[in-house]
Amino acid sequence: MTRRILTRRQMLMSSTTALSGLLLGGCDRLSNAPSFRRILDSAEALSYRGQRLLVGRNTLAREFEQSDLSPVFRSNGTSAPDTDEYNALLADNFRQWRLKIDGLVLRPQVLSLNELRLMPSRTQITRHDCVEGWSAIGQWTGVPLGALLNLAGMQPAARYVVFYCADILETGADPYYESIDLIDAYHPQTILAFDLNGKPLPVANGAPLRLRVERQLGYKHAKYVMRIAVVQSLEPIHGGKGGFWEDRGYEWYAGV
Amino acid sequence: MPGSELVYRHTLATRVLHWVNALCVFLVLLSGFQIFNAHPRLYWGQYGANSDRAVLAIEEQGSSDGRPLGVVRIGTHALHTTGFLGVSKSGDGEPVERAFPSWLTIPSYQDLATGRRWHFFFAWLLVFNSAVYFVVGLFRRHIQHDLWLTRAQWTPSHILRDFWDHLRLCFPRGDAARQYNSLQKLTYLAILFILAPTILATGLAMSPSIDAGFPWLPALLGGRQSARTLHFICAMAVVLFITVHLAMVILAGPLNEVRSMITGRYALPSSKTE
Repeated sequence: MTRRILTRRQMLMSSTTALSGLLLGGCDRLSNAPSFRRILDSAEALSYRGQRLLVGRNTLAREFEQSDLSPVFRSNGTSAPDTDEYNALLADNFRQWRLKIDGLVLRPQVLSLNELRLMPSRTQITRHDCVEGWSAIGQWTGVPLGALLNLAGMQPAARYVVFYCADILETGADPYYESIDLIDAYHPQTILAFDLNGKPLPVANGAPLRLRVERQLGYKHAKYVMRIAVVQSLEPIHGGKGGFWEDRGYEWYAGV
Repeated sequence: MPGSELVYRHTLATRVLHWVNALCVFLVLLSGFQIFNAHPRLYWGQYGANSDRAVLAIEEQGSSDGRPLGVVRIGTHALHTTGFLGVSKSGDGEPVERAFPSWLTIPSYQDLATGRRWHFFFAWLLVFNSAVYFVVGLFRRHIQHDLWLTRAQWTPSHILRDFWDHLRLCFPRGDAARQYNSLQKLTYLAILFILAPTILATGLAMSPSIDAGFPWLPALLGGRQSARTLHFICAMAVVLFITVHLAMVILAGPLNEVRSMITGRYALPSSKTE
């Protein structure tokens, strides 16, 4: 009697293990099947609409107090874009660095760091949430992106703002880039930051200029921004998905 | 079980919703382990990253003989879990640093982007499935009739007796097996009205966009990193539930139990002791 029960239990255990192995192996194959991947990816539209429906266009992300700051603001991705071009700019303390604004604008701009610092700025203490799961709170000072876009003037066909960066995350890959829509581009907390915690932005955190788009995850906050382009479509750019990580399977709207 | 009475126990709606739910929970849980593996440290409060104190961490710790050790740290305690948590064998048999092992994650290899796609797709399906369950369950009074405890069951002595019977693996027979016992009902009610809403709330509280729209949500949960920790604790509660649930199915007669969730027909265990 005991032997029969044991055998049945063993059979159950081994069939459970085999079943789970089969299911997980199946999940790997499904993950790589383009048709199934499209089904999985369809949830992104639902998440995007849900967030746009529930959260107002200009609703602000919570701003914190000085006492809430993370003792160390972690850096992620590139900690130093080790290219000759960037190293030369860094050696000169970014005096030769220029931010270019072009694409579907009426008046393309070329701005130095000093010119940006002389513009009306915004300071905000916000929480930075990485897609990996960690968070850090920092104080950012920078120029509202909306003000820069108004300076350049938008053409009617404009739909997205693309940020081209100086860092190359993977050898041989396209340089880092990101994009946001005009709702987030004109959000009051969307700034191009040059200061972190009251000091010039460290190289590890994106010197001389990085994007803050506070209601989205960290990978949207492009570091080492060199050029801003206003475009109608994201498809012709690099992998066509609107960003370095988006081209590698991450969501374009990173609100969750 | 010759001669035992066959009763119609689960409606078609319950059965379909149960299996969709089972599939979703399985996939959301294992893709959740994949997401956890991207940063296998938990914190309490608004922020938390590598230089901040973790309340729980699953990590690799080098040992004196150079062999990698897997540890689970909870506060100041460290549990050695080599082979399972922290360090486990990869596809090619080499021990690698990995919080949850490859046989517990979707996909089995490290891929946060794909894990997130699985997690959010089946989280949406789980939300829709649960919403249908609540509407149908309340409208047809399944929750009120079959899950809410009867007046007789709502007494400490009754619940304690059911608890003692379960410990001795004495399950209800005959007429007593026509309805759920008090422990089953309490478990299902706790999942429906405490665990499920907490999982949803803690999941949403990790979203920077939802946090902007509903700042009281992360505040209520003690901050975004606390919400992440609570989300993980909820996932562990789900693992506990699945373990006990499956153990009970096996102990109570797996064929009869599984059949009842497929065809709806359940053979009442005979009231005579064998």
